[in-house]
Order: sequence, then C-alpha cells, then structure tokens
Amino acid sequence: MATKRVLATIGVLSIGVVLAGCSGGGDSANNTIDGTPEGEITVLTNRTDIVDTTFADYAAAFEEKYPDVTVNFEAITDYEGEVATRLNTDDYGDVLLIPNAVTKDQLAGFFEPLGTVEELSEQYRFLTEQAFGEDTYGITITGNAQGIAYNKKIWEAAGVTDWPTTPDEFLADLTAIQDSTDAIPYYTNYADAWPLSQWDANRALTGNADATVDLVSMDEPWSEDSGDSHYIQDSLLFDIVNQGLSEPDPLTTNWEESKNLLGSGQVASMLLGSWSITQLQEAAEAAGGSAEDIGYMPFPYEVDGTFYSSISGDYENGINVNSENKAAAWAWIEWFANESGYAAENGGLSPLVDGESPSTLADFETEGVEYVEVAALPADQATLETDIASAAEIDLTGGVYRQELVDVARGAADGTKESFFDDLNTRWAEARAQFAR
Amino acid sequence: MTQMTSSTGGALQVAAAGDPTTIRSKRGIAARLTPWIFLAIPLALLITFTFVPVGNMIWYSFTSWNGINPTKPFVGLQNYVDIFTKPQYWQVFAVSLYYFAASFLQMALALYFATLLSFNTRFRNFFKGVLFFPYLLNGVAIGFVFLYFFQPNGTLDATLAAFGLGDQTQFWLGNPDLVNVSLAGTSVWRYTGLNFVLFLGAIQSISSEQYEAAELDGASKWQQFRYIIVPGIKRIISLSFILAIAGSLSVFEIPYIMTGGANGSATFVIETVQQAFVYRKVGLASALAVVLLLIVIVSTIIQRKIVPDEKVDL
Repeated sequence: MATKRVLATIGVLSIGVVLAGCSGGGDSANNTIDGTPEGEITVLTNRTDIVDTTFADYAAAFEEKYPDVTVNFEAITDYEGEVATRLNTDDYGDVLLIPNAVTKDQLAGFFEPLGTVEELSEQYRFLTEQAFGEDTYGITITGNAQGIAYNKKIWEAAGVTDWPTTPDEFLADLTAIQDSTDAIPYYTNYADAWPLSQWDANRALTGNADATVDLVSMDEPWSEDSGDSHYIQDSLLFDIVNQGLSEPDPLTTNWEESKNLLGSGQVASMLLGSWSITQLQEAAEAAGGSAEDIGYMPFPYEVDGTFYSSISGDYENGINVNSENKAAAWAWIEWFANESGYAAENGGLSPLVDGESPSTLADFETEGVEYVEVAALPADQATLETDIASAAEIDLTGGVYRQELVDVARGAADGTKESFFDDLNTRWAEARAQFAR
Repeated sequence: MTQMTSSTGGALQVAAAGDPTTIRSKRGIAARLTPWIFLAIPLALLITFTFVPVGNMIWYSFTSWNGINPTKPFVGLQNYVDIFTKPQYWQVFAVSLYYFAASFLQMALALYFATLLSFNTRFRNFFKGVLFFPYLLNGVAIGFVFLYFFQPNGTLDATLAAFGLGDQTQFWLGNPDLVNVSLAGTSVWRYTGLNFVLFLGAIQSISSEQYEAAELDGASKWQQFRYIIVPGIKRIISLSFILAIAGSLSVFEIPYIMTGGANGSATFVIETVQQAFVYRKVGLASALAVVLLLIVIVSTIIQRKIVPDEKVDL
C-alpha cells in the first residue's frame, strides 16, 4: 500500500513538474533599466566562433567595471530559428539579439523599451531599426555598409582598375575576367541561400533614403520604371547568371569554402555586406596572399557621379521584458556599444554617432561614396512590408525567391526574366491589395 | 475504461453500505488502480509530448497565427481552402513520386540481399554489417557525405572518370532533371539497410525444416524463394509498403540538408517548414501538416483493405 502511494505521488509530482515549467517568473516594481546594475545576466549570441575567446574577454572587462554583475553567454548556431521559437516562452536570456522574425508592433511584448529615439539618437545610430512609435528597443552591435567584395589582383589582371559605374559595365568587367583569367567572375553562394539575401540590403543604391516607404506603396517593384532597387539588383543577378558569369554548379556552393576561393583568387567577386571584409582578408592571408588583395566596391550604379552605399545596423541588442536584472542588462548593452570595440574589430561601422569609420571602408572614404540609412516605415505601417512579403511568399530578406531567379536565369526552371518579374509583380500587387489602407 | 469506472462505482456503493466485505472491496479497488498508477507516468509523458502538441497543431491549422503573435486569429477552414485551391502547394507531391519509385528499388534490393544472406553465404555476417551500416549513420552526416559525392569533380565524377566514363559526368544536383533522382538515390542508400534487416529477420523466423523438406522434394532456390519465403514474409512486405508510402510523402532530412529544397527538390515537408519559418504562416503550415497526416492515415487504410492482414499458413 505504502509503495503504491509513493508511486502515485511520483506520478502526480512528475505532472506537477511538467506543468511548473510553463509558469513564468514575476516582475518587481524597481526592476527597471535605470536601477543599479547587479545580479546575473545571460547574453544570447550568434557568434559561436568567438564566444569562448573574445566574448569571455568582454565579460571579464565588463565585470571589472561592474563587480556586482555576472555575465553568462549562450551561443546559438541557428540563432534566428531557435530564438524566434523561444520567444514563446519567458526564457530567452536577459540580453539578446532581436530576431528578424519579430515585427515592430510585437517589440513591446518581448523587449524592454530603452528610451525614445529622439533622446538616444544623440549618442547612437540605427535606432529606428528596432523602434515602434517613439521608443526604441535595440542598440545595434555593429553597422554595415553594402557593396561588392572583390579580389583586386584578379580584377587588375583582367585590366579593370576603375569601379564599374553601371550594371552593364559591371557585366562587361566580369566578361573580361572570364575571358582573360581562370577565375570564376562571380560567385552566388546559391546553396547556402542566405548570402543571396545580401542583395536586398542594397535598397538605397540610387541614393533614395525612402526606398522602403516607396516599396510598400508600389504595385510593381520589379518593373523598369518603378525606380525600385529590387528591379536593379535582381536584373543584375539574373544577367550575371544568364550570361554564364557565375559558378557552373550553384547547388554545391559552400560559404566557408567561398571565402577561400575569393581570398585565393579562384573567384573574382561576391556581393556581401561590409561585415564580410575582415573574414575575407583572413582567408586571403591564409591562402598565401595579403589582406590588401581584398577590395570593396559600391553597387555598380552611379547617380550623377556619386555612388551610394546603404548602411544599416546588424543585429540589435535588446532586453528581455521578463528579465530580472534589467539594469545589469542595460549596462551590458551600453558597454558593448561604447567600450567593447566589437564593431571596430569586425570592420563594421560604429553604433555610435561620433564613432570612427573602419579601415576596411577606407576606399569608400577616399572615393567619396555616400552612406544612406534607409528610413524605417512609419508606425502605422510598421509591419506592412513583412505582411506583404509573407502573404506574397516573396522572401525579400531571404534566399528562396532569388534561388528561383537563379534557376530561371541558368535555364534550370521555365520562364524568362520578364515572366519571372511579372509573376513577382502580380503576387506583390495581390498581397498589397489585402493590406491597403 | 468504461468497464473500470462502472465496477469502481459498484465497489464504492458496497463500501458505503457498510458491508462486511468492505476491506476486500478496498483491496479490489487498489488492485484495479495498480495498473493505472504504473501507467500514470508514461501516460503523462505521452499526453504532454504527443497528444497536446498534435491537438495544438490542429487548433493552429484553423488560425492565421504567425508563430510569435500572442493572438491567434481564428480563420475557420481558410487555410485548408488555400491548400486545395492553390496548385503551388500540390506541385510538391510530384517530387514525392521520385522517392516512391525509389522505395520499390529499395525494397527489391533489400529483399534480394536478405534472401541471399539467409542462405549459407561466405562472409554473411560481414555483408550484413556492410548493408546495415548506412542506416546507423546520422542523416545530417549522410547529407554532407553525398554533397561531396555529387560535387563537380567529386567522388562520383572521379569514379566515373576512373572507369573511362569521364564524359558521362553531370551536375548531379545542379541539373533540374537529375536532382531528385540523385537525392532519391541517396535515400535508397540510407534506408536499404533497414528494409534488409526487417526482411532478414522475417526470413530467419521461417523454420529451417521447411527448406529441408523443399530441398528433399527437389525445389530450386528460386522455388524456395517464391513459395516459402515470399508467403512467409508477406506481412513484413506489406508493412514496408506502408512505410514506403508514408516515408516518400514525408521525405525531409536529405533534400533539406543537401539542397534546402532549391532547384525543384522541395518536398511536402520542406514546403511546410518554409511556410512556417520563412513566411511565418504557422497556421497554414499546421494545416499542411494535418493534410499530410490524413493522407498517410488514408493510404494506410486503403492498403489494409487491399492487402488484408490475414494469418499466414505455410
């Protein structure tokens, strides 16, 4: 009898434990970001490669300044996918990189407001990227400029010394590389899909800071007279592949390998954000070349003699609204932006308004490339772009539709550039009609 | 369950009446409860981790939830209407046909080797190990191994070149006409071992007297196979058939790792994952998952009707 009771109790307890996992923690009144930084915080990061080295040093330096705070890290390989799912619980660290899946109207449900855009903008850049209404919810870890990474030696070997100023010139230069060197002129990184999403980041290539606002107000972004960057970008990608200037078998590309290929000159160019430059320089050195071999040019689209490069924040650090040590979390975010030196180490633009420009973008400075920060959508349209893109099943910030574009361009799927763009326009317009206000 | 409740009720009435058999009845209740107490933990785990999530999935399939919003707007049957009216969700079933066709090759190969190795073949244990080995490998590892295998100038191309067939090399994954064949081939390589072990186990459970008797009567190996082995393992063959249908509809790991569904290799499950995690249509993705579940159940029922689960008599 006694044994049975014990067993029954264990049974009931085990159910209790399972249920207890579902209830959340409390929130005390004085737990705000303005309090005294103390306690233990968990920081989620996607940098699995340096979490035990560089980040450990950051933690040591931070704890020296704030002795009452202990910092733990949790590095996640599939950051975007895993954290977006974890947001359904309360347990997603104290400081985390705000996943892209969170739309702006949802920010307040998951993250602590850090202050108004207006007052923080004296100190920090890129605040509107994770802001809703007047409040901002994230401070960027580093900023990126957009452009095309290329191997200078190969481009010079093909006789090209000036940056191409139009897409046609770019194609002509790639053809010259194809004809006069052994290098693959352009590498799409098709198989990993996400590198294709880098194209989307060049939204302000015509110098239009309102590119996103304009995008959601037009029915046919993929038409020549729309003036939208997506037509220009996707046309160039299509033509590169269509003219056989990219790798022969896109299905077996490999991102890690592509860095070595560009570094060693087997590949001449890849369109990537400026975050990639330091990694490519390391690859070039590892391949027996020098960091100087890696050049970085703006998107080949000059407007009235000026190149424009879109700049944007990388992931933004935000504070879990359920955090029990919000003051410590805020202290970490401020310290990370102001003192860690993370942006400079990664060759990125500083999150600080008066931060220095990185050496990786020295060519941009000397050539007078203009940086354009694309304006965020106004609060009443905050989710409009993601709503339209999801409904149309066109993943602007992903790689799926661009993979299809490459398939059409290389003749692996039916269609032409016109038919593919028409289809995109139709889907975009239909989805836009659903959300028109 | 019903029986248990009613008899417990009866016992309680007896107890309330102050019958002298109260003590024995209590023991009776305890005795009846015992199995349920033992079952409490597995049942709690089963309900928590299987039935509640499936119930949730069915509920999500009637909403337009995006996966993170706190609200889950109810949209009725809209997701199902979308699935059955938009051809883009159905086209992916064409890809399943490649895997379905491949599963017949897989069963044929497995049956051939199982029969061969059920006789006294030299090194039979070694070959059993070789055939079963791929199934023990992790699917992700297999994906990467075959990614290198199919690369231009990769293992396959090198092997072809070594046999003087260098001009036969292809973009095994890049060619849209070949990609699904290559992927289905990988799938065959991986799962033949499982079918093989199922068949071998069934063949070895056939009493050796049957073979001896057949041999005495002068039956050839082929006749032994046709009239002893095949009828003897009919149930396993029909089970493998169900697994093949369910398996070819729900192919995921290998194409997802090797191509990510690009180049026309997206299967039904990859499409579902894309809807849920790329386009954030968790409601629609749940509806797709429910449709897949129903298709598997229906095909199983049809198969059971066509090939009834009769008792085998040898």
